[in-house]
Amino acid sequence: MWVSADRERCISGGRCMAATSEVFDQDEDGIVVVLTSNPAPEQEDRVRKAAYLCPSRAIRIGDGPAGG
Amino acid sequence: MNAPPTTANEELFAYPQDRACPWQPSPGYQDLGRRGPLHRVRLWDGRTIWMVTGHTQARRLLADPRMSADRSRDDFPAVLPRLDAPIFKPIAIIGFDPPVHDVHRRLLAPDFSLKHVRAVRPQVEELARRLAADMLRAGPPVDLVQAYALPIPSMVISELLGVPYEDHEFFEAKTVGLLQAKSAEDAERAGRELWDYLDGLITRKEREPGGSGVLSRLAGQVTEDGDLTREDLLRIALALLIGGHDTTSQMIALGVVTLLEHPDQLAALRADPGALPAAIDELLRLVSITDVSGVRVATEDIEIDGEVIRAGEGVLVSSSMTNRDPAVFPRPYEFDVHRTVGDNAASGRQHLTFGFGIHQCLGQNLARMELEVAFSVLFEEIPGLRLGTPLEALPTRSGGTMQGVHTLPVEW
Ligand code: HEM
Ligand code: SF4
Repeated sequence: MWVSADRERCISGGRCMAATSEVFDQDEDGIVVVLTSNPAPEQEDRVRKAAYLCPSRAIRIGDGPAGG
Repeated sequence: MNAPPTTANEELFAYPQDRACPWQPSPGYQDLGRRGPLHRVRLWDGRTIWMVTGHTQARRLLADPRMSADRSRDDFPAVLPRLDAPIFKPIAIIGFDPPVHDVHRRLLAPDFSLKHVRAVRPQVEELARRLAADMLRAGPPVDLVQAYALPIPSMVISELLGVPYEDHEFFEAKTVGLLQAKSAEDAERAGRELWDYLDGLITRKEREPGGSGVLSRLAGQVTEDGDLTREDLLRIALALLIGGHDTTSQMIALGVVTLLEHPDQLAALRADPGALPAAIDELLRLVSITDVSGVRVATEDIEIDGEVIRAGEGVLVSSSMTNRDPAVFPRPYEFDVHRTVGDNAASGRQHLTFGFGIHQCLGQNLARMELEVAFSVLFEEIPGLRLGTPLEALPTRSGGTMQGVHTLPVEW
């Protein structure tokens, strides 16, 4: 699985980081930072959840190793 | 589908309707929810708008850029008479569309990030313990709103903004005056007093730069032709001061009522303190303190579920009902602190109590932390807490959307 986040769309509620802080972080401005674009298999459910919960649809996910 | 468009206006469901139980939506909304996800309802001024009770439909509409939150538009619905007051028309952040919305929200984001909130948590814990100790010293009966539920969020937001807490009686009373006003005139009067107060405060901050708090920081960034004018700053100050304490204090109060009325759930929570964060989300879901996730106006025709929301039509998303969509929440009317417990920290956070889309609550991290601290400290320090009045006799708010109690007598 790959994951990416659009920092321009992010409105910084931190839902993603609350879902899993292993994959998402927030910078000093509260804007999302993706810590790893290829999350470990056991993180995948949480990453999917984060994408679902993200209120600004800033998180993109897909199958395979790299983001498109 | 639900209410045929030919229905005479007077026969349409009148919005809002009062709750019969502090943590359950009004019986009328429950009826609507059973009929489908989208409904036409009639407001106080005779206007018809859409009311959304379906979870999927709510998420789609609140994330749709064709829905405007711009309160200054003529076609924006005033859900209550007070919302017709001029002071509400350009309410900061929540009442603006991009790009202005995004610019202002980003100015504030650092102070509301999860990290910042975690950093201030110890101070909030100390505050809660002090308030509980004061209650114990005073002895029962105590009004939990004045003694505990209100001072926590009120002190937290004053500290964050840099508003002197000594003025709390004034800004708390005016906020209630603004939010509980039955007419536009009363709302405007209370709102203007708050406005003048904040105007004076910001003037002082401009004269003495370098003070603490969001308002001092932003006062240094004001430019009349840039992203933040002085009027913008005043509107932001007003929105944060109002948004920051009434919702959270009433959520503490009704949350305590809900827990006390479900002793099995309270016991389950006591036995497993690790379940608290998930239990808070379950309480937020159930109580849906604002009752509304968001109000918008369609700027284009929007097709959804075989219906067409026409350009210019108003839309109100019900949080209490979308939070009870059985497709997302099994046994939706049941309070179950273990509903959201699980491997996945985010499970069960699908509730729309904080809204959805770009306007999702800016203060949600702060509110969640305050609630966690408030409930854990209260039940730890005063384990024998009980209601000081029968549930039916609680002085609950009526006639609006924002839920709550005027006072909450408790004993132990
Ligand atoms: C339990 C407590 C709270 C609840 C249930 C709540 C609920 C909500 C909801 C439903 C919205 C979305 C409105 C819409 O989409 O039209 C919202 C937005 C907002 N809330 Fe809260 N809120 C709470 C606490 C707070 C706190 C503590 C603050 C701190 C100042 C705050 C500040 C805001 C602001 C500034 C917005 C507008 C965000 C935007 O438009 O981007 N809220 N809140
Ligand atoms: S959930 Fe979405 S909007 Fe919120 S911080 Fe993460 S990426 Fe940003």
